[in-house]
Amino acid sequence: MLGGYTFTDLGSIFVMQGFAGLILFSVFVLMALGLAIIFGQMGVINMAHGEFMILGAYVTYLTSTFFQAHLPGLFSIYFFVAIVLAFIASGIMGLIVEYVLIRHLYNRPLDTLLATWGLSLILQQAYRTIFGAREVGVELPQWMLGSWHATESIEIPINGMIIMALTILITIGVGFLMYKSRWGKNVRAVVQNRAIAGAVGIDTEKVDRYTFGIGCGIAGIAGAAFTMIGSTGPTSGQLYIVNAFLIVVFGGAQSLLGTIASAFTISQTQSTLEFFLSGSMAAVITLLAVVGLLMLRPQGLFTLKVRR
Amino acid sequence: MSNAMLTIDDLHVAYGKSEVLHGLNLSLAKNEIIALMGRNGMGKTTLMKALIGLLPSLRGTMKVDDLDITKLKSYQRVAGGVAYVPQGRMIFSSMTVEENIETGMAKSSKSSILTGIYELFPVLLEMRKRRGGNLSGGQQQQLAIARALASEPKVLLLDEPTEGIQPSIIREMARTLKRIRDERGLSILVSEQVLSFALDIADRVLVIENGEIVHEESGAEIDGAKISRFLSV
Repeated sequence: MLGGYTFTDLGSIFVMQGFAGLILFSVFVLMALGLAIIFGQMGVINMAHGEFMILGAYVTYLTSTFFQAHLPGLFSIYFFVAIVLAFIASGIMGLIVEYVLIRHLYNRPLDTLLATWGLSLILQQAYRTIFGAREVGVELPQWMLGSWHATESIEIPINGMIIMALTILITIGVGFLMYKSRWGKNVRAVVQNRAIAGAVGIDTEKVDRYTFGIGCGIAGIAGAAFTMIGSTGPTSGQLYIVNAFLIVVFGGAQSLLGTIASAFTISQTQSTLEFFLSGSMAAVITLLAVVGLLMLRPQGLFTLKVRR
Repeated sequence: MSNAMLTIDDLHVAYGKSEVLHGLNLSLAKNEIIALMGRNGMGKTTLMKALIGLLPSLRGTMKVDDLDITKLKSYQRVAGGVAYVPQGRMIFSSMTVEENIETGMAKSSKSSILTGIYELFPVLLEMRKRRGGNLSGGQQQQLAIARALASEPKVLLLDEPTEGIQPSIIREMARTLKRIRDERGLSILVSEQVLSFALDIADRVLVIENGEIVHEESGAEIDGAKISRFLSV
């Protein structure tokens, strides 16, 4: 009966796959948050977003090797240092890219797409040259390994819980930044009408630059989290960029809440189905469901209702 | 004039190759309200946009108080004391009323500014948590003015503020604008098509035609009939 599983087994499978889905969800949310800020708020389609994430992953890798070689005593806390460094590295690179490239293309979405795609190729090759084509993995400190036995048949990995906690923290931070801070107000004003935002006294160029930088920095944090669940290679970012875009579009481009809800739906569907079907079938079914829903609701899950 | 708050000297503005303003001169004194009248396509909105920096100028200078704003970006002009209420209001529709006002405030945002604004526009205080897009046209216009005032300007530019607004609200707006001028010592440049509104608030009426000021009247003897001849098509 039930393909050889008992009900208790099935229950445990759902809980553990559900939790695996939550970890995937966390990485997706981190990635999609950065993208939602950049795409949803600025309208820039950043094809290099995956590479900004991988930069964060490489920074985490470098930090871990540095701590292993020079500060073995502090190795257990290297991950938290790595998160900060990953944010800074990806953020600074974002600022530079915005200044050199993106700001000249704000009214040309298709050109942005091409330019950032080119940038992603350049970055991939740069990673290949610097770090080698082989994938690298980080070593986790002892206390992050292992898992927590909730019941006899349910095990929940500790690093997964750390990623989730990190995601919750970052999400709250971004929410606060966008909806409570002065900076967030300026960003939303610039998004709605760049020219008028300037005419009421907002330095739109500065807002654009820092928005892009922060979006990229969050991608860097996603990269740091990513090292815990997969190994880092020059093209690893490519695997996640499509899903991240899917999440942002599905959730409704300008709504952070929508982004989170859609990341949850997509990652849970994917990971629960993956256990019973092959990975690619799971992806096909998820995609079909998303396409179907987007046909019914092209504006995405969450939208604001206002008179225009 | 030594007490001029806004001085425009020989301003040329063009869209690509087609020049719309051909050497416009204008001086707005402290505490003065000027109404700029003219038919459609004569350059009213162009002048407004050039003043706030949404359109580049080819030649000429613009000064606020003693600050040359000709080469400044929009946000720097706002910091220099110009505020702009665009045609069609252009409030941020998905943001709340209060957030809309706060976008106009300079870095050192003082709550006293908000209090002052809500005193001028009590309806905005009632609506302060509503999204701007859900307000009526008249309320949106008040919000657009409030947002401009939040930067504590010296010169207020209003581009056709009466467009699409019901007459009772227009009369109220005229009262409010005069009150702002009296209380805050503002200079106001307003472009208008509605003659009665212009006559009601303006100290001086200028008529713009083909990018030049062709007629000017001031003081008590403003002759409405004469101006309306310029406006008839």
